[in-house]
Order: sequence, then C-alpha cells, then structure tokens
Amino acid sequence: MQGLAELVPMSTEWLYLAAAVLFIVGIRDLSSAETARRGNLLAACGMILAIVGTMQHGLIVQWGWIVVGMVAGGVIGLVMAVFMPMTAMPERIAIVNGLGGAASGLVGICEVIRHVILPPEGTSASDFSSFHVGVAGLEIMLGAMTFTGSIVAFGKLRGLISTRPMTYPFQNVVNIGWLLVMLYLIFGLVVGSLDPVFFFVLAGMALLFGVMFVLPIGGADMPVVIAMLNAYSGLAAAATGFVLSNKVLIIAGALDGSSGLLLSLLMCRAMNRSLTNVLFGAVGGSGGGAQFSGGELQGDPQSISTVEAAERLFDARRVIIVPGYGMAAAGAHFAIREMADVLKERGISVKYAIHPVAGRMPGHMNVLLADANVPYDDLVEMEEINPEFAETDVALVMGANDICNPAARTAEGSPIYGMPILDVDKAAQVIVIKRSMSPGFAGIPNELFVAPNCAMLFGDGKQVAEQLIETLSL
Amino acid sequence: MSTVVALACLRPEMLLAHETLPAVPVATDHGVDGSELLILLYIFILASFLGHQLILRVPPLLHTPLMSGTNAISGISLVGSLVAAGLAEPVICNVLGGLAVGCAMCNVVGGFAITDRMLAKFRKGSR
Repeated sequence: MQGLAELVPMSTEWLYLAAAVLFIVGIRDLSSAETARRGNLLAACGMILAIVGTMQHGLIVQWGWIVVGMVAGGVIGLVMAVFMPMTAMPERIAIVNGLGGAASGLVGICEVIRHVILPPEGTSASDFSSFHVGVAGLEIMLGAMTFTGSIVAFGKLRGLISTRPMTYPFQNVVNIGWLLVMLYLIFGLVVGSLDPVFFFVLAGMALLFGVMFVLPIGGADMPVVIAMLNAYSGLAAAATGFVLSNKVLIIAGALDGSSGLLLSLLMCRAMNRSLTNVLFGAVGGSGGGAQFSGGELQGDPQSISTVEAAERLFDARRVIIVPGYGMAAAGAHFAIREMADVLKERGISVKYAIHPVAGRMPGHMNVLLADANVPYDDLVEMEEINPEFAETDVALVMGANDICNPAARTAEGSPIYGMPILDVDKAAQVIVIKRSMSPGFAGIPNELFVAPNCAMLFGDGKQVAEQLIETLSL
Repeated sequence: MSTVVALACLRPEMLLAHETLPAVPVATDHGVDGSELLILLYIFILASFLGHQLILRVPPLLHTPLMSGTNAISGISLVGSLVAAGLAEPVICNVLGGLAVGCAMCNVVGGFAITDRMLAKFRKGSR
C-alpha cells in the first residue's frame, strides 16, 4: 500500500480542478445551439480527466471489478445511445438518470459498510464523523429513490405502466409520513441511537418511496418529474462528494442539481402550477383536479376531409404548425416536416409553435423536429409566436390539446386555468388533426374544437400527414 | 522561468509540496475537519448558484440536450464508484462498487453520446 499522504495525489486534484472547469464551460456552451455540441464534448473531456485522475487514487489496488464495470456499462450505454430512436428519448433519459442515482446509492452503501459496519483494523467507526453519517444517509436515500422513481417514470413513458395517476386515499399523508420516517432514520443514525443496520432499512424505504412518489403523477406532468429526478441524482452525487470530500463530485452534483430544479420550476411555471401541485396534485386521474368538468361542449365540431384541408393549406400564405405529444406518439414528425416542405416550395411560410410543456420532457418537440431535419430557426417559442397567430391563415394543430385549450384563459377552477397557452384560436382558420374528440390529458373538453374557425381532421397523425402530402403534391 | 512553469505543469505537486508535506497525514481518505467541511459547503453553494445562472441562459430549444448533458455529468458518481470497486477489501464493497461503476459508466457514456447525437441534428435553416 502506498503512503497515506499519497492516497489522493496532487495530480489527481489538478485533474479534478480541470474537470470541474470543463463541466462549467461545457454547460455554458450549451446555452447556444451553435456552441452546444462543443460544450457537450468539453464536458465529456472533463469526465475523462476525472476518471483518469481517480485511477491514480491510492486506495485503488485491484482492477478486476473496475474493468468489468466500465466495459459492461460503457458498452450498454453506447448501444443505448446509438440505437435508441429519438422518439424514445424521454424514457431513455429517465432510465439512465436512474442508473446515475443507483451508482450514488451504491457508493453510499459501500462507504457505510467499510467505515461503520466493517471498519478496517486500526481505525474505528468514529473516524466516520456524524456529518459523514448524515450525508451518507442522504446520499443513500436520494440515490435509491432516484433509481426506483426513474424506473417508474420509464415505465410510464414507455406505456408499460398506466400513465394515469394511480391514487389512493391519504396518499399524500402516507408519502409525507414515509419521507419523515426516512429523515428520522438518518437523524437516529447520526446521533448514534440507531444500529447501522438501519442504513439498509433506509435504503429499502427509499427504494419504495421512489415508486410511491412517481406512481401518482400523471403522464402529462412527466416533464417536471424527469427534471426533478435529474435534480435528485445530482444532489445524490453532491452528497457522495461530501462523503468522500471530493470537490469535483460536489461541483458536478451541484450543477446537475440546480439544473434539474430550475428546469422543473420552469416547467411548472409554464403550466401555472406550483411544484407541490404537480408532485402531489395527481392531475389527470380519478381524484383531485380531474373531477372538474368544464361542462359539455356547446355545438358540434365540423369535420373536414384531407382534400379540404389540403385546399385550405394551399390557399394560405402563413401556416403555423402546433405540435404536441400526439405527434410524438404517432411518430408523425417526419411526415409533418415533408408536408411543410411541400408548402414551403409553394412559397407558403411555415413555422412551428413550441409550447414549453408540449410532450413528455422539457424541449421534447424541439428534439423530435430537429431529428426530422426541421431547422431550429423555424421552431418558435410561445411568447414569441403568440402575437403572430392573429396574422396566420391556418394554424395546424397536430396532436396537441391542453396547451391550446382556451379554457385556460376563461374557465376558473379548471385544472389548467391560468396556464399560458398558444393562442391558436386567434388564427383565421384552425385545423386540428386528431384521432377523436377525446379530451386532453387534463380531462377537460377543448372549446377550440367547436369554435367556428376550427375544423377537425380525424385520423392517425402520421397517416393524415402522409395523405396531405399526397394531395398537396398532386 | 519557463522551465519552472513547464515542470510545474508536468508535476503540479511540486508547486504545492510545501503545503501538503507539513500536514499530519490523515488516517483515512475522510480527513474532513470543520474548516474543510466549510470549504466543501462553500463550493457546493457557489456551484449551485453558478449552475442556476448558467442554466437560466439556456433557451427552451436546448432543454432536452441540457438535461441529457447534465444527466451525463451527474454520472460523476463514477469517481466514487471506481474507488469502491478498487478497494483492497471488503469484497462486498468491490461487488457493489463494480455494479456502481457499471451503472455510472452507462450513465456517462450513454449520456454524452446521445447528447452529441441529438445536438448534431440541430441545424440552422438556410432556406
């Protein structure tokens, strides 16, 4: 074994410093589409430096497990990255995030085992200060709940678990009580009144908590959940940093934690709901807000054929496409882009209106449309495009619902009341491509569908878009 | 002068050797006393604020790559996993550590690779 002072050689500390700087510069570069790719590469370089630095750690004396873990994880990660279609991005982010949480939790358990439960000869459990016990507890809790929470989120996004919130009476009381018990366990471990075995009880409870916490949250609120889970895994990494007194872990974890938290707050703001309402409100299910019924729709929707829709599009000079989760679900983004190309060739201006919470993760629509080769300057944010609807000839709503429901402006008491929406109804004509008249995720009927300037084009998004291309190309 | 700088770049520990040597070697890799704890907290708090400011500047257009990229960065727990997996003993730590290395590596490699793949698709329109 090497000398104790060389456990963490100075070169390692310098590499960690460089890694931290690269992470920061990398995230800064992510703020613009032109530099984002470079930013990601810089952050990846930072990670390589951190790994190389860690390899020189004096405590590492055997390489078997490291090599096995790195090769297995690296291959799986790479395969997932290369072969997963862009449409599967939300669930991919969820599952990979869960793995990050799992890694933090496992490291926490290792630290507890080797310092508290099986302290090496010559040292005693007291070398592991009460502060360390506390952060190790937090690390295990956050890591474990991130892991199972992400798996449930994955299941929901993939459609393996019902996307409707699953609720039962006193759910929030149970969840909050459960959380308090976990915090009490950490407290007991810190002051030493509980046997270290309770670390495992804590881990078990946190694993269950992740499931209990995410199950009641509806599919449309997944953008917030994914961002929150991202924040948790970051905080878990930061806690690991405190346990190991490792500064690069703390910096990277704090960056990730604040990014996740900020994104979830932005998503909440875009829905005019508080974070607590999203996390505990179970909108879209049998309980709470979804009980609201906005009454029946007054009037009948007018339905048009593909040919009529094509004619209206051809007569237009300005078209705005409003994509929603339905476009992602139908895999219609390529067809939509082709259709937009046909229109553009005719000199018709085509833009896309992107609502901040359209889809199942922050920025979901942007990624899908970028995947379909839509240049990003055609993707316009809500605040910027809303004034343009009044001068628009045709607004084509593709699989979006709640984000363009005028009830958000008028229907007080509705779960979406006050949510900023795309002013689709202000366009001269609206065409809604939709399978049926069923309400959106929030369960509220959409007045837009029966508005005099709105026509429904029923059918599967992708097929309809393909038919439109055919008709338009004649 | 330039040789000193070059040397320092190669062996940075030389520059700081006088600072590290007189210190009493700590018995574990957990030599956190009160002041170091404070430093760690400073780092955490400053990095959180910095993160907040940096992320505020990211347009919604790039929110998914941002999430996927910071997600990959949170795979930094790999650093802790590597040490656990490489310990001399106990074996249970090696096993759990190895598992953690696998998870974190999947997070890191997958995260950066997919973010790059995603960002490659973002292009400015010329039409």
